[in-house]
Amino acid sequence: MKYAINVNGKVREVDVDADTPLLWVIRDELKLTGTKFGCGIAQCGACTVHMDGQTLRSCSLPVSAVGKHRITTIEAVDGAEAKAVQAAWIAHEVPQCGYCQSGQIMSAVALLKEIKKPTDQEIDQAMNGNICRCATYQRIRAAIHDAATQLG
Amino acid sequence: MTEQSNDPIDRQIDHPISQGLSRRSLLKGSVGLVIGLSINPFAGRRALAASTATASESATFAPNAFVRVAPDGIVTVMVKHIEFGQGPLTGLTTLVAEEMDADWSQMRGELAPANAELYANLNFGKLQGTGGSSSIANSYEQMRRAGATAKALLVQAAANQWQVPVNQITVSKGVISHAASGKTAGFGEFATAAAALPAPTDVTLKSATDFQLIGKNNSTKRLDVPAKTDGSAIFTLDLHEPDMLTVVVAHPPRFGAKAVSVDSKAALAVKGVVAVKTISSGVAVYATSSWPAIKARKLLKIKWDESGVETRSSDEILNSFQQIAQKQGQVAAEHGNVATAMSSVDHHVQAEYSFPFLAHAPMEPLDGVLRWDQQGVYVKMGSQIPTLDQGAIGKVFGFTPDKVQIDTLLAGGSFGRRAQPDAHFAVELAEVAKAIGPKHPVKLMWTREDDISGGYYRPLVMHRLSGGIKDGKIVAWSNTVVGQSIVRGTPMGPPAGKIDEQLVEGATELPYAIDNFRCDVHEEKVGVPTLWWRSVGATHTGYAVECFVDQLLTTAEQDPVKGRLAMMTEEPRYVGVLKAVADLANWTGPQVSNGRARGVAVVKSFGTYVAQIAEVSINEQGEPQVHQVWCAVDCGQVVNPDIVKTQMEGGIGYGIGHILFGSVDMQDGKIVQQNFDQYRSLRIHEMPEVHVVLVDSTAKPSGVGEPGLPPIGPAIANAMARLGQPRPVKLPMVQSVLAYTSAAQDSQSAAVQMTQESQA
Repeated sequence: MKYAINVNGKVREVDVDADTPLLWVIRDELKLTGTKFGCGIAQCGACTVHMDGQTLRSCSLPVSAVGKHRITTIEAVDGAEAKAVQAAWIAHEVPQCGYCQSGQIMSAVALLKEIKKPTDQEIDQAMNGNICRCATYQRIRAAIHDAATQLG
Repeated sequence: MTEQSNDPIDRQIDHPISQGLSRRSLLKGSVGLVIGLSINPFAGRRALAASTATASESATFAPNAFVRVAPDGIVTVMVKHIEFGQGPLTGLTTLVAEEMDADWSQMRGELAPANAELYANLNFGKLQGTGGSSSIANSYEQMRRAGATAKALLVQAAANQWQVPVNQITVSKGVISHAASGKTAGFGEFATAAAALPAPTDVTLKSATDFQLIGKNNSTKRLDVPAKTDGSAIFTLDLHEPDMLTVVVAHPPRFGAKAVSVDSKAALAVKGVVAVKTISSGVAVYATSSWPAIKARKLLKIKWDESGVETRSSDEILNSFQQIAQKQGQVAAEHGNVATAMSSVDHHVQAEYSFPFLAHAPMEPLDGVLRWDQQGVYVKMGSQIPTLDQGAIGKVFGFTPDKVQIDTLLAGGSFGRRAQPDAHFAVELAEVAKAIGPKHPVKLMWTREDDISGGYYRPLVMHRLSGGIKDGKIVAWSNTVVGQSIVRGTPMGPPAGKIDEQLVEGATELPYAIDNFRCDVHEEKVGVPTLWWRSVGATHTGYAVECFVDQLLTTAEQDPVKGRLAMMTEEPRYVGVLKAVADLANWTGPQVSNGRARGVAVVKSFGTYVAQIAEVSINEQGEPQVHQVWCAVDCGQVVNPDIVKTQMEGGIGYGIGHILFGSVDMQDGKIVQQNFDQYRSLRIHEMPEVHVVLVDSTAKPSGVGEPGLPPIGPAIANAMARLGQPRPVKLPMVQSVLAYTSAAQDSQSAAVQMTQESQA
């Protein structure tokens, strides 16, 4: 089946089976590999992208369900919140192995777009779908607070 | 090798083997001064262009194959240890930069290829590999010497050109200066001249008081962090090559079973699937991309020969261990006479602790990319023991190890999972590549289900302890350990008849002076493959020893900190970390208030001493909740203070996740848990606030990747004991798999619903 999906502002045509998860379309067809595979069942969040600005576990959405929604991946996430989050991630040296961090950052950016000054509880709510096996959570929390402060 | 790499060098290379070029041989062209050099193992036989394989190649036999200075002044350090978050890329580069007096901004790190001649772990003999928290420890002098040699050559080249005495030249932050003449230059300006000079055979290393980078706060930034914040860091799973096939393997439901027949009709009908082949570890599905392979694997109908496989449940194995533990095993350590002492004690205390199988579950499951032809094999993967992987891959193809080139990539975690004495993943990778033939490079990927149900676990272990108190003092201690050896029968195993020290490490030499002591061990055979898991023996010995000593001290009515200190008569570094953590936490006792209590533990592993205090409550679900952790670490001379802190934070978080939730269970020989919905991982709301203090030390550096983990479990258990809960004796502490119900998950269902509506 052919599907035209909007990824990072461009309409891209792919020829895959209808049940192909968006994750594998992004990674294998579009070769955007910043979005990671971690579990395949929406439990770990490594595959988090934005759909119309909201977080989405791309491993669990079939390409046939994407429709005209706009998908954004780590490679193209932009705007004040994204810049502040990425800068804070570097300042706090958040990543260890780094494999989950694209997903963490996508979740953090979506959070700050929705809530300007999230509390610890709001951070827990927004981020607890993203597993980090290196347990960088303390720095993730600090970096989100810092990014919120930088955004003013 | 990648089609979509952000790395311009990678983009130039499509077929490293067929063109006889590697990323590194391309880099050679831009290199001026090369202090030793990593070589493409094919270089000689492949008749590389002379310009890339001449004088510098002979320098590969120099003792330091680690430093390159480019004409633009960029210094690249070839890092012989894999980077999966624990920091050697930055750490080993720091050591070189220190002795070169380089500026941190000019430093780069690159993972070295497989080459045991050049890049052996000095703690492992002639073996290149990362493990046992040894990266900094074994590299500390070697890398500094490499940096000092480079600096000496650059200074000599400057002295020659400026015609001034060497001893009048100074170097600071990457600038070479001669004060009297006012001349200055960067490293790049003398790179070519320095390359023509003979390397000095003896160089003087700095004394610690002159360090500018080593041990200094904020002096270095982690080199791999920026690429890990924008999606540009390349992991093995991200590689795509022309004609590449992605492969998943259907593994047997019980360990060691062999596929005898396969009905692959339905699998082959999936669009994108090109082949199904039986290999020694299972049945491989080859497809043009990942999803068809994953999907088709579920459609295979496989008959397995299960003769001789393990069919017990993990509970049955544990029960048998508990029976075995009733008798004394082979003595691993003994002094005094436990039996005699026990006969006259005031209090006799007993405890049994049992530890489940644990999966490592690194975020990036195992994966590798391999291409081959009649002349050799080229592999990219997160290889943790490249020398063993080289040998194993070579054996599958009938090549000598030198014809197997492995480039090590960043890996998404390991925690021990990629360190494989039997090289089983490399073997599977080689077998799937060989079975399909040289036309197709292959990317073998394990899914999370393969990862969690695929074995190679922290072994199931139990400890049976007995202790005696007389006149308020612990006078007798015995510990019977029952478990499975990780390394027995591998190239890294103990000699026949000898105790596997890894099974009892941390249980045989306590920091506590106890007059009558014995530790004995029963090593049992279990048909489940096991593997080193972050901190290895200390994952269970630390818990057993530190829970039990706390229990004895409670019985003797002593403070957990003061009581421990009183028994540490000859252990100044244990005392140092315990006092430091007590100071950091303002310890005045277990402090039960507001439903919270504090517990303490101190464990030495891999030469590093770590003490922790955990503040714990019991939440509404009845689960222990860890609010704060204080941690003191003595790892000798610190190289990168912030990396030490991150490893303590990470070790504590990884430790809490497993001591609370981690268990891989077996029913009738089949693994129950398959994915993160059943193998519960620590999440952000369960992470405590962690405070770390580094204890000043002039001892030689020891590692930090693993030692942060062992004390946290017993510290939690000891806090629980103060809250009226028994110290958990059967781990994990929490049996519920209830993981999370988050706003994110809700929004996922909302999104799916939304899209379905918009489709309708």
